[in-house]
Amino acid sequence: MTPKRKQKLFVILGLLSLTAIAVGLTLYALRANINLFFSPVQIAQGDAPMERQIRAGGMVKEGSVSRDPESLDVEFVVTDYVDDLEVYYSGILPDLFREGQGVVVVGELQADGRLYADKVLARHDENYMPPEVAQALEEAGYSPADFQAKAAEVGKRLEQQGVPQASDY
Amino acid sequence: MWAFINKLRSPKWFYAISAKLQPLFWVAATLLLGVGTVWGLAFAPEDYQQGNSFRIIYVHVPAAFLAQSIFVSMAVSGLVFMVWKIKVADMAATVMAPLGAAMTFVALFSGAVWGVPTWGTWWMWDARLTSMLILLFLYLGVIALRGAFSSRDSGSRAASVLAMVGVINIPIIKYSVDWWYTLHQPATFTITGRAAMTMDMWAPLLMMVVGFYCFFIALTLTRTRSEILRREANKRWVRELAEEAN
Repeated sequence: MTPKRKQKLFVILGLLSLTAIAVGLTLYALRANINLFFSPVQIAQGDAPMERQIRAGGMVKEGSVSRDPESLDVEFVVTDYVDDLEVYYSGILPDLFREGQGVVVVGELQADGRLYADKVLARHDENYMPPEVAQALEEAGYSPADFQAKAAEVGKRLEQQGVPQASDY
Repeated sequence: MWAFINKLRSPKWFYAISAKLQPLFWVAATLLLGVGTVWGLAFAPEDYQQGNSFRIIYVHVPAAFLAQSIFVSMAVSGLVFMVWKIKVADMAATVMAPLGAAMTFVALFSGAVWGVPTWGTWWMWDARLTSMLILLFLYLGVIALRGAFSSRDSGSRAASVLAMVGVINIPIIKYSVDWWYTLHQPATFTITGRAAMTMDMWAPLLMMVVGFYCFFIALTLTRTRSEILRREANKRWVRELAEEAN
């Protein structure tokens, strides 16, 4: 490589690393805004603003969904397996909505500590399996939601041990 | 090694070697995509939660992979062109951009179509979706910038710089689902076949991914050859080639 080319290569690589650092710092500074939703832990800690539209996300707690048979009103609890958030919603739920499913709810936190949702979105995890496999898992005493619970447990344990998490603030 | 790189500098040599390589990749792409599509859409089992709408994965994931890989290839070609002044690299980068933009669009569109039945919305400003939209704009920017200069060399250099700077977006796309809370779920497909999917779902997906890559290589070879002929139309070897054909 001629000295001129070498110099050019270093100039380009230097420029790229500077840009990367700039973008990295910007994203780091904006991390709270880039996160799509607050988790129940953050809401319990008071990180989320009251009476303003926010998004909260987590799993629908098993056995927490109660529907009003007369209307579309539904109440359920969103959990991250550490803290819980009560959600009230009136409207049509997405097909994937069920207990143990990840959801993102859009709405306002009220003084009673509940979130009044305007919109409920279902999250999907990265696991796919044929119905027979899911059934076999259930018969063996597992549910797909267990994997999520397990992951959250491990995450919480690591957090307590002081291992930094991707979701740390 | 240097002899090989020196050979690469010559469009004539690239034209000759790509003539031998391109049919291989076209055949591989046709076979893999044909078998993968039928297997994935008709024979792979449906998902226990999403049913048949999960089959969008067989287009969505390969397209998203390609969208990112093509951008990286374009940036590497740009670097090679800027530092070593290899013209073929610039020609390859020129023909890659529209395919990359198309793949990004396919990934965004199939994702939106998939989002309606699964999430309940077709768009959300989450980190994965937004960074992917930025990638589409970067592609369009590279294409537009290349055409915006009256001299081709200036256009090539500007496009190369934008491609190299834009490549910073690629790790952001890839790790967005791990760094931030997003609506989009983390990656399912890995080459090692981690247990996020059963084998009979993963195998056709692997075929589709490899098939898409073969298609990208085949199309890039073919289009680079046309680009070589277009740019070198006044060179002696191209004229001789044309005379032979007549």
